[in-house]
Amino acid sequence: MELYQLTIHELHDMLKKGETTSEAITESVLSRIKAVDGKVKAYITVTEEVARAQAREADKRIKAGDTSSPLLGIPIAVKDNMCTDGIKTTCASKILGNFVPPYDATVVRNLKQAGYVLCGKPNMDEFAMGSSTENSGFFITRNPWDLERIPGGSSGGSAAAVAAGECIGSLGSDTGGSIRQPASCCGVVGLKPTYGRVSRFGLVAFASSLDQIGPITKDVIDAALLMNVISGHDERDSTSANIPSPDYTKALKKDVKGMKVGLPKEYFIEGMDPAVEKAVRDAVKTLEGLGAKVVQVSLPHTDYAVATYYILATSEARSNLARYDGVKYGYRTQSPKDLMDMYMKSRAEGFGPEVKRRIMLGTYALSAGYYDAYYKKGQQVRTLIKRDFDEAFKAVDVIATPTAPTAAFKIGEKSSDPLQMYLSDIFTISVNLAGIPGISIPCGFTSSNLPIGLQLLGKHFDEEAILHAAFAYEQATEWHKKRAKL
Amino acid sequence: MKYEAVIGLEVHAQLQTNTKIFCRCETRFGEEANTRTCPVCIGMPGVLPMLNKKAVEYIVKTGLATHCTVSPYSRFARKNYFYPDLPKGYQISQYELPVCERGYVEIVVDGKIKRIGLTRIHLEEDAGKNLHQAESGASLVDLNRAGTPLMEIVSEPDIRTAEEASEYLKKLRSILRYIEVSDADMEKGNFRCDANVSIRPVGSTEFGTRAEVKNVNSFKYVQKALEYEIKRQAQILDEGGKVIQETRLFDSSKGVTFSMRSKEEAHDYRYFPEPDLVPIVVAKETVAEIAKTIPELPDAKRDRFVKDYGVPEYDADMLTQSRALAAYFEESVRLSGQPKVVSNWMMGELMRLLNGEGKEIEDCPIRPDRLAGMIKMINDGVISTKIAKTVFEEMYKTGKDAETVVQEQGLVQVSDSGAIEQIIADVIKANPSQAADYKAGKEKLFGFFVGQVMKASKGKANPDLVNQLLKKKLSE
Repeated sequence: MELYQLTIHELHDMLKKGETTSEAITESVLSRIKAVDGKVKAYITVTEEVARAQAREADKRIKAGDTSSPLLGIPIAVKDNMCTDGIKTTCASKILGNFVPPYDATVVRNLKQAGYVLCGKPNMDEFAMGSSTENSGFFITRNPWDLERIPGGSSGGSAAAVAAGECIGSLGSDTGGSIRQPASCCGVVGLKPTYGRVSRFGLVAFASSLDQIGPITKDVIDAALLMNVISGHDERDSTSANIPSPDYTKALKKDVKGMKVGLPKEYFIEGMDPAVEKAVRDAVKTLEGLGAKVVQVSLPHTDYAVATYYILATSEARSNLARYDGVKYGYRTQSPKDLMDMYMKSRAEGFGPEVKRRIMLGTYALSAGYYDAYYKKGQQVRTLIKRDFDEAFKAVDVIATPTAPTAAFKIGEKSSDPLQMYLSDIFTISVNLAGIPGISIPCGFTSSNLPIGLQLLGKHFDEEAILHAAFAYEQATEWHKKRAKL
Repeated sequence: MKYEAVIGLEVHAQLQTNTKIFCRCETRFGEEANTRTCPVCIGMPGVLPMLNKKAVEYIVKTGLATHCTVSPYSRFARKNYFYPDLPKGYQISQYELPVCERGYVEIVVDGKIKRIGLTRIHLEEDAGKNLHQAESGASLVDLNRAGTPLMEIVSEPDIRTAEEASEYLKKLRSILRYIEVSDADMEKGNFRCDANVSIRPVGSTEFGTRAEVKNVNSFKYVQKALEYEIKRQAQILDEGGKVIQETRLFDSSKGVTFSMRSKEEAHDYRYFPEPDLVPIVVAKETVAEIAKTIPELPDAKRDRFVKDYGVPEYDADMLTQSRALAAYFEESVRLSGQPKVVSNWMMGELMRLLNGEGKEIEDCPIRPDRLAGMIKMINDGVISTKIAKTVFEEMYKTGKDAETVVQEQGLVQVSDSGAIEQIIADVIKANPSQAADYKAGKEKLFGFFVGQVMKASKGKANPDLVNQLLKKKLSE
């Protein structure tokens, strides 16, 4: 077993016992990146030098007897839409291709305090807009389980890097499924916390009322460990909840006796891969076998989620992306005719087609005369979707669904049909609209050996319930131990 | 046809907080360009706004001082538009749910109190500044001002004349200064005004088509711009034309307004709730706490001055324009016991001298005790009211007290009947034909004699005594 194949908690145990060093782990990960990233292409930037320096720093702390932080000396990849002081942060967009922020995102600051090692900034769909990482302004990331397939998106690089052993764990961001869907595609664990649980300060905004940062890891324990570091109130993000965050590892119990698991009928639909449906139903049976009680629930407004999402998210996005004008930072067109030409060409050349499509959608949805029909209606439906969950959670502790209707699809398969692409997030989008937490964990494989994800949803600020159920399931199965062969 | 104007004003007042509304940059001005900035106020990627609580306190205070309803729950909205001095491509403002709604401000028009309704007061951030360099033809952007907290105060269309508009602005400025939330200095740009103007035939209750006049940056210009705009619209209607809805700019050098953009070219701001900020929640207790910090306001002071001191409404309104002015008045009254006399001196000579130099009452070299001292000298008959004007001016110039000035310049009033009788005799002697005419019934000539006597006494003769003795002497 190579060090890069291990989990955060396994490596932490070894570091504590003096069986390895952060330098050794970091070198293992860096050489793994060298060996396989040419094929996977998970990273936009590999921060070799920073990683080595942080590893040496971590080893000093460990030598001095400071091993209290489980993240100390562990190589973590941070999605390229989270600002890293002095390190390029591109959002996989040409328009930010040369952008080096002079500040850290709050999550990065927290990770630094925990003594982590930054091994790189993974690829993503440009500005987190996409479900396949094909919308990256730079290159396509490939699924470590099948290089002809997409790794999911938008946090495709973050998920692929974990699955390929190119980092020990990573951070992704999730606006409509961007952590959970790639985690499902890559056979790893991805958790989207409750909106407000993790500070968004320093996360380059896509849709501010939906964006949330979360961990992508090899198992559920690691997810809890990363959650312990990144969650909590931040005065710099007024939407971050001012409530204490628990020690999430305390929620990891094997016993789910009496836990009520809801199964929403709207989430088992025509057109979904039968292998996915079977794997998810089997997983629910496993939980039942462990003592959970399965209850049928209904989320009646599910059908409206995708439409609602694409109105609200694009409205916010067009406003969030207005600042990229080629003046103070980022891409600027060569030899423009005049100021207006500079603005227009910088944006026309800097943004990719999907980003432009969403800017146009959002601009339309917010236009005078259309606001009531689109944005306002969207907000009303959002409330109804949230109420659906509130109602369902009166009867159950967690809700189980597939993470995505199919396993990873082929590169290019949906890229010419945006609507089909949007539907890959059909099971994850409602969760962002409602603001509740969700986790995707491996629950099987298709006949072509592609990972399938089980999504577990919880009440607002009840990440503990989904971590609990996920951990119990993981302990009873072996899926999470499978590694992609590269 | 006779028209009346219907005017509504939008005032942007800068709040005097130490730091900006959404970051901790200082709000100091006159600093080197782009040195009072940070990633938040210049709109770098990924940063988030963090609300300055003082700004909320100040707007609540303003709402309370203008009889508004303070909303327990309000929220920010994004106003999306593109301009080089707006770093995020949107301004964080308020739209559907402002902090304050439905208030009023009182002004005095023709001696009567008139209420001007306030539609709303909301919080927003200021933009930066574009600086155009004539030599190089370059335009530079300074973002020091970006993120400075502003209140937008929107009036109801209750204003009917340019003068009322000016009175309204003065009252608003005075309130903001009383409660110490804004310097409200128009010349410095921290109190800016846009006007919506339409006209309609007198007696009509429908609104005409309005034009918005922007870029008026002094009280004088507000009045001029409105007068021009009202005339312009009346001329269009008289010629059978139609006023078009548009935004116009005021050119202060020519005294005219000109079209900036028509309704068709108007921005679509695409307002939507700001997702980066949670709603502003103002608890009842907080409102009560803030209410305690509000001093006696101009209107209440004005009413009290009328009631307690018996000064006319107009005078009381003027005297309460600033706290310092009102305090000066009350202190002078306390020391002299003569409110009307104090009021007359303040409204007349004092204001004339201060305005002449563009000074505020705080800079006045004559302090209340000195004014009271001078009034006492008038009462004691030491100087006449006429001489007092000379004394007052000298006090203002030299900073000396009345007694010193009177002594140094020998301005003591002559109340010695013998001396005055002597002057009268001389005057009658020098003007025999006038004296004869007077005696023959031309009584108008009395004034002529008074003038001659006063002139001969260099103004020092006691006027009452002059009247009395002159009457006697002329009828002899």
